[in-house]
Amino acid sequence: MSEHEYTPKSKVGKWFNDRLPLLTLANHLTDYPTPKNLNYWWTFGGILTFCLITQIVTGLVLAMHYIAHADMAFQSVEHIMRDVNYGWLIRYIHANGASMFFLAVYIHIFRSLFYGSYKSPREVIWIIGIIIYLLMMAAAFLGYVLPWGQMSFWGATVITNLFSAIPLVGEGIVTWLWGGYSVDNPTLTRFFTLHYLIPFLILGLVVLHIWALHVPGNNNPIGIDIKKPSKDTVPFHPYIVIKDGFALLMFMIVFAFFVFYTPNILGHADNYIEANPLVTPAHIVPEWYLLPFYAILRSVPDKLLGVIAMLSAILILAALPWLDTSKIRSAVFRPLYKQFYWILVADVLILGYVGAMPAEGLYLLIARIATAYYFLHFLVVLPVLGFKERTTPVPLSITEPILGGSPNLAALKKKDSFKNQ
Amino acid sequence: MEKKTKRRDFLFTATYAVGAVGAGAVIWPMIDQMNPDASVKALASTEVDVSAVNPGKTITVLWRGKPVFIRRRTQEEIAEAKSVKLEDLKHPEKDEDRAKNPEWLVMLGVCTHLGCVPLDQKGDYNGWFCPCHGSHYDTSGRIRKGPAPTNMEIPEYKFVDANTIKIG
Repeated sequence: MSEHEYTPKSKVGKWFNDRLPLLTLANHLTDYPTPKNLNYWWTFGGILTFCLITQIVTGLVLAMHYIAHADMAFQSVEHIMRDVNYGWLIRYIHANGASMFFLAVYIHIFRSLFYGSYKSPREVIWIIGIIIYLLMMAAAFLGYVLPWGQMSFWGATVITNLFSAIPLVGEGIVTWLWGGYSVDNPTLTRFFTLHYLIPFLILGLVVLHIWALHVPGNNNPIGIDIKKPSKDTVPFHPYIVIKDGFALLMFMIVFAFFVFYTPNILGHADNYIEANPLVTPAHIVPEWYLLPFYAILRSVPDKLLGVIAMLSAILILAALPWLDTSKIRSAVFRPLYKQFYWILVADVLILGYVGAMPAEGLYLLIARIATAYYFLHFLVVLPVLGFKERTTPVPLSITEPILGGSPNLAALKKKDSFKNQ
Repeated sequence: MEKKTKRRDFLFTATYAVGAVGAGAVIWPMIDQMNPDASVKALASTEVDVSAVNPGKTITVLWRGKPVFIRRRTQEEIAEAKSVKLEDLKHPEKDEDRAKNPEWLVMLGVCTHLGCVPLDQKGDYNGWFCPCHGSHYDTSGRIRKGPAPTNMEIPEYKFVDANTIKIG
């Protein structure tokens, strides 16, 4: 943040800015000092903003043609696909956009895990992010119900039934959620309303997420606090804008590949069969981005405990800033954490794989081991590692490794005199 | 130091209390509107003609938007259901209590785990098998293996005459 007050050059600009300081905000955003060593893993924040806007815009268009009624929803989606001008394109962008959104958010989350971006003073940014992630899952689930295919219907049935695991009031809550004694038209209309609402809640939280980010500023690949603005930073515009823009283009190539070449590969064929409350599809699986949690749910043989385990797997992330006791942020200087990090990545991928497989035999055993390890990582490995691990020396600044030797006092002095010039 | 209760404290407390009641009165209709409405509740019972169901056959009817299995059990199935010891059951229920007329088993075709419809004549116990998360039910619809916590539910029903069952 620039310390000096910003004044617009034009008279009109100054007149307006005195009354509503939008230009000061714009100036803050363009001048915002950013660590100059940010790598491409830092471009996913911008990509996610793009994903959110894409979903909102395509979603608004789809809502102009979609009919939220149990008798007409399925036909109206086919109507969008066949009759509406470019309806197929808009729907495929929206449906694949959800997957792309999750792909980007998982990279964004794992980037935070690797570079310790969730640690003090960025806990609030992290927790807002977890809330956004939860809302994303809710929006994705609700949206998946709207086409009223077999997977929509049975996915809705299974997920709403998770609440029936709550003792005493569970059944009442499920009936309340359904607005009936099974998933039916009242369920569909309210799901549509909530699916429409949530993206705007996410948008509001994204503003808070970025606001909270701009208080301490970005973390960076070596995870040290930097002086801002200084030789360690570059202004957001044009440096980060161009870099984010380039990464976004690369991301859009992947996005376009799915939309134009394999638009249905991430979905299920069963969802092109209209919902039938009498027949459950032989193999129900959620969308790929929910599979690890689904595997955790199924790995616990007790209904209530299974639901608790699944929810804890997500909520435990919110406690991460306090579970990780290490003072060093970046995994670059944490040789042991780096290894456990990659084990966790593998663990989550394994959970995702077994989540897609039938819950029996060897798959069930693997799911149980992977579930146990998931919790072990957060509840035992991270807290203990902070005390036991011998970290490698952390540079004093981003420029220091290039300009001046090892992190000793001489280097510090040299750096200080360098800065004072 | 003890603080004396003043007139103003009383007014604050009274205001908060009235405000809370008012807020509750506004919020409750907003919550309750999501519960089943009168038209949904009106569809509470259904009558089924079972004269065409032969032994070893199951028909599925829709009641309150949920499937109900009506199975005319064979003698072997009845014997199998009756022979199970109660201590072997996760949710102990006698077969006699589940099927008052042992030939007819009428139950909600809804897995008690997460609400899928189990498949007929499948699974390790010759009863039903839920494809979603692998719960096995026996010939009495009782949970024997898998994540479901309880037996499949028996709805309220009665034989109106020899060939007609009224559910609900």
